[in-house]
Order: sequence, then C-alpha cells, then structure tokens
Amino acid sequence: MRLEVKNLSVYYGKIEALKGISIVVDQGEIVTLIGANGAGKTTTLKTISGLRPVTSGEIIFDGVNINDIPAYERADLGISQAPEGRGIFPGMTVLENLEMGKYNRKTRKQEMSEDLARVYELFPRLKERASQAGGTLSGGEQQMLAIGRALMARPKVLLLDEPSMGLAPMMIQNIFNIITEINKQGVTILLVEQNAQQALSRAHRAYVLEIGKITKEAKAKDLLNDPHVKSAYLGTGAHEIF
Amino acid sequence: MINLRDAGATWWENASKLKRRSLVVSLVVFIYALPFLNNPLINTPGSMFESVLFYPIGMFVLLSLGLNIVVGKSGLLDLGFVAFFAIGAYTMGVLGTRTNLNFWEILPIAMGLAMLSGVLLGAPALRLRGDYLAIVTLGFGEIVRIVAVNEEFIGGARGIAGIPTPPDLFGMKFEILNPKPYYWLLVTMTLLVYWAVRRMAVRRPGRAWDAIRQDDDVAQLMGVPTFKYKVWAFVLGAAVGGAGGCLYASQILSIVPDQFSLNVSILVLACVVFGGIGNPFGVMVGAAILAYLPERIRFLTQPRQLVFGIVLVLIMNLRPDGLLPRKKREKFESEMK
Repeated sequence: MRLEVKNLSVYYGKIEALKGISIVVDQGEIVTLIGANGAGKTTTLKTISGLRPVTSGEIIFDGVNINDIPAYERADLGISQAPEGRGIFPGMTVLENLEMGKYNRKTRKQEMSEDLARVYELFPRLKERASQAGGTLSGGEQQMLAIGRALMARPKVLLLDEPSMGLAPMMIQNIFNIITEINKQGVTILLVEQNAQQALSRAHRAYVLEIGKITKEAKAKDLLNDPHVKSAYLGTGAHEIF
Repeated sequence: MINLRDAGATWWENASKLKRRSLVVSLVVFIYALPFLNNPLINTPGSMFESVLFYPIGMFVLLSLGLNIVVGKSGLLDLGFVAFFAIGAYTMGVLGTRTNLNFWEILPIAMGLAMLSGVLLGAPALRLRGDYLAIVTLGFGEIVRIVAVNEEFIGGARGIAGIPTPPDLFGMKFEILNPKPYYWLLVTMTLLVYWAVRRMAVRRPGRAWDAIRQDDDVAQLMGVPTFKYKVWAFVLGAAVGGAGGCLYASQILSIVPDQFSLNVSILVLACVVFGGIGNPFGVMVGAAILAYLPERIRFLTQPRQLVFGIVLVLIMNLRPDGLLPRKKREKFESEMK
C-alpha cells in the first residue's frame, strides 16, 4: 500500500484551495496533516476520497492514478474515510450504520459478522447501542461509530478528518488511543487534525499545511519541538494542559 | 399527542399472522367495495361518488406513492411531477387516437416514455441539490405543459379528444358513465406499486436511498453510487406518474394542457407531506383525505377553498411530521440538521 499525492491543486470556483501539495503515506504509517482553519486539510481528504474533483496533479494509490475513479468506487479500492463532523446516518441504527460501511463490497455477506465483531471489540460501547438510532448517540460515540463504519470496509488506508472535534478531553484521549490501536493492527492512517499536540505525539510523520501549501514535512516527534510549530499550533503551555 | 404511527406499528408488530392477514384482507375488500357504499356520511354531494373515487382520490393516491419514492425516500425535492403524469396522458391520447393500439399496449409505452423523460431530466438536473433541483424540476413541469400548448401535432391548446376507453376486462365495460372498473383497475395498480415500494424499501435500493437522503457525501464514501440511485428514484417515480396519466386519459377521454398545471405538482407534494413524508402507507392515507376533502365540502361552494386551506394549516400545525410519520427514529434526521 502506498498513497501518493503529487502536486495536487484543487479549486473551489476561482479560489485555489490547494496550491500544488505533495504527500506520501506508506504502509503501516500514521501520517498527520496539521494546520489551521481554512488551510485545506479537509479539502485534501475530500479530494483523496473523491468527493472533490482534482484540478491538476495526481493521486496515486498502489501505483495507479485514481484521479478519475468516482468516490463510491474508491471505498472498494481500500480508501475509507471517517468524515469531518462524523457524518453518521442519524436515522439509521448503529448496526445499520456499520452495515452501510460495507455497502459496495461484493464479499460483504461472508465478512459481515467477522468485521462487526472486530469493530465491537474496539468499541464495546457500539455493541451496547447497536439498535439505537445514530442520531441519539453522544458526540464521542458518534465518532466511534464513524471510525468503526470506516473500518467495516476493510480499508488499506483510513482517512480521519478531525476525530477530536468537539469532544471532551477524556474522550479525545480515548479516541486517539483507539486510533493508535487500529494502526498497530496494520491499518495505515492519514490523520487530519487541529489538535496538533495529540496528532504529533501519535503520528510517525507529519505535514504542516498553511493556506493551501505544505510548509513543513518532518518526523512527528521533531515537529513537536519545532519553534514555529510550537508557537503557531501548540501554544505556550500546551504540554501542561494535556 | 399520541403518535398514531407508533401505536399502529406496535399493534402490527404484536399481532399474530392471522390478525394481520385478516386486517389487510378486510381493508382491501373495503377499498374495492367503496363504490357500492352509498352512505350519506361519506358521500360527495355535488359530484358522483364513484367518479370522485377514481379522480381525484385514487389518482392522487397513486401519484403521491410515485412522488414519495423521489421526495420521501431519496429526499429529492421534485416540483415538476405533473410532467410525468402529462407525458403518460398524452402518450395515451396520441397513440390512442392515431394508432390502433389499445390501452394495454399503450400503458407500457406511456410508462417507458415517462421513464425516459425521467432520465433526460434527471441526468443533468440531479447533479444539483436541494433548492436548485426543485427549481429545475419546477421548470421542467412548466416546459412540458407549454410544449403541449404550442405543439399542434398533439392538439395544441385544444388538447386531444376522442381518446378510446380500455377494452373490456373480465366482462367489465370501461365507460365514461361507469367509473367503477376504472376505479378497480386504479386500486389494483396502486396496490402493486405499494407492494413494490415496500419490497424495495427493505432491500439495497432502499438502504441506498435512506443513506442519500441522510447524507449524500457520506453515502458516496460508503460506496453508494448516489447519482445512479437518484436517477433510478426519478425514473421509478416517473413510471408511476406515467401509468397514472395513461389511465387518467383513458377515463376522461379528452385532455387539455391546462389539466397538467403546476397546481397538480404542488397538490401531490402536499399529499406526500400531509400524509407523512417517507411512509408509503401514511402518504396513501394523506392523499386520500386531501383529495376527498374538497369534494366532500363542495356544498360550501364559495368558501370551499378557504375551509380546505384552514384544515390543511390546522393539521400541519397539530401534526408537523404528517398524519402518519415514518419510523420515530428517523426524526433525528431533521433534528440533526
């Protein structure tokens, strides 16, 4: 597995949201993309998963250019996303939401019980709530559901868009522990975060995205001590808070 | 206020197979027997009850069921549904008067043409969402009517007269003065559509439509080919509209473009919302009531429309989710948004 984004530009009308960024995600890694609001983090993920069209540049997955493959087929290739704001189906039960994660897989019937068991093991809370409507879950539970649903597709690479958004500090810790655990089980992860402290301490490598451009690329641990990153994304005293 | 839908659903879930079957059978028998029920309580003074049963009641029930696939199931706001009804009716009108084909031969053609126009409208329009889609479909409905007014080949503003009735069926004669066979045929068609819609709802297309309605983007991420399913929803809705139009034309025997105005689209949409958007059974009940009420109060003459409007506003205030809303949990959809 290797996901490569080469010189990617994306426009919203006349506005250039991504100005030729390049990212590489290799097998087994957690790669994080940090940046402020409006830097283009979500756009990057949406373009990789096919929801936004590429203006120029290439997205290469396992050696194949997937620029023109529609979003609904990318899920089957092994690119799975837990979208920004969780994006669960509020009117479906937890179980139905999880089943949707496999919608397009030809082998869904054989895999279903095995993968459900795997997700329930990672998130026992989801098992308790299996027959409850997605819309009745708490924010943290919805995030668990979004990640669990993405895992149902047996992804080669899991795209996570701000999994910590709007969650209590305890729950953030919990979610990031599970993300690390999922990675240890062999799933490659591309993590987009504003919570730079958490993201950088969990990831192997990191990119800093600023107004549509990659301004830094380094090992995550190194960025934690980078003066610019410290002042711009970590804030003074961030270490004491967490 | 008690939730009629939940109360009914609970009874249904706890009822034995025998109870359920007997309820369904008696309900169906009752519906088929309605034309014989000459009761002053339900009769429609001022117009022939049997005729009212066919149009507007039966016809609006069928059309609402079709529109519910589009608006209720897939969440696509279609304000031009009358276009498909018109295309079905005009297909019957043109082919019925200009060829030797009979009703049964024209019906599949009418449905096919309506479906084709559903694709032609849907393929470009379904790339739009929400209000933009509503505006395009609104325009489409008007385009079809205006083309009908201006195209001399299909009668222009005078429309088409002398449309043949369907051939006899099981010894029943289809005549203008005897709407019963039409009504029974319409009920049969409606039951078939209802059955098909219910079957689809619990299968993969139903799931796909649910997902599209709740979150289009996420549905794509899950691997749902959303565009394909949206076009399918349009096409299936169109087929129902076309079938309704075809039968309608063969009953009233002459059609003019004015019968296919925007009002019809709006009224069908009102039926869907009034009955309980997304719940086919509720939609049928709602459509039957909304179509029946103006006929029942026809004796009021002038203030009739006013009373109808007041009743509509009152009921939508008391039951904002419709008479029989869909499953309770799906209400979280609106709350989340």
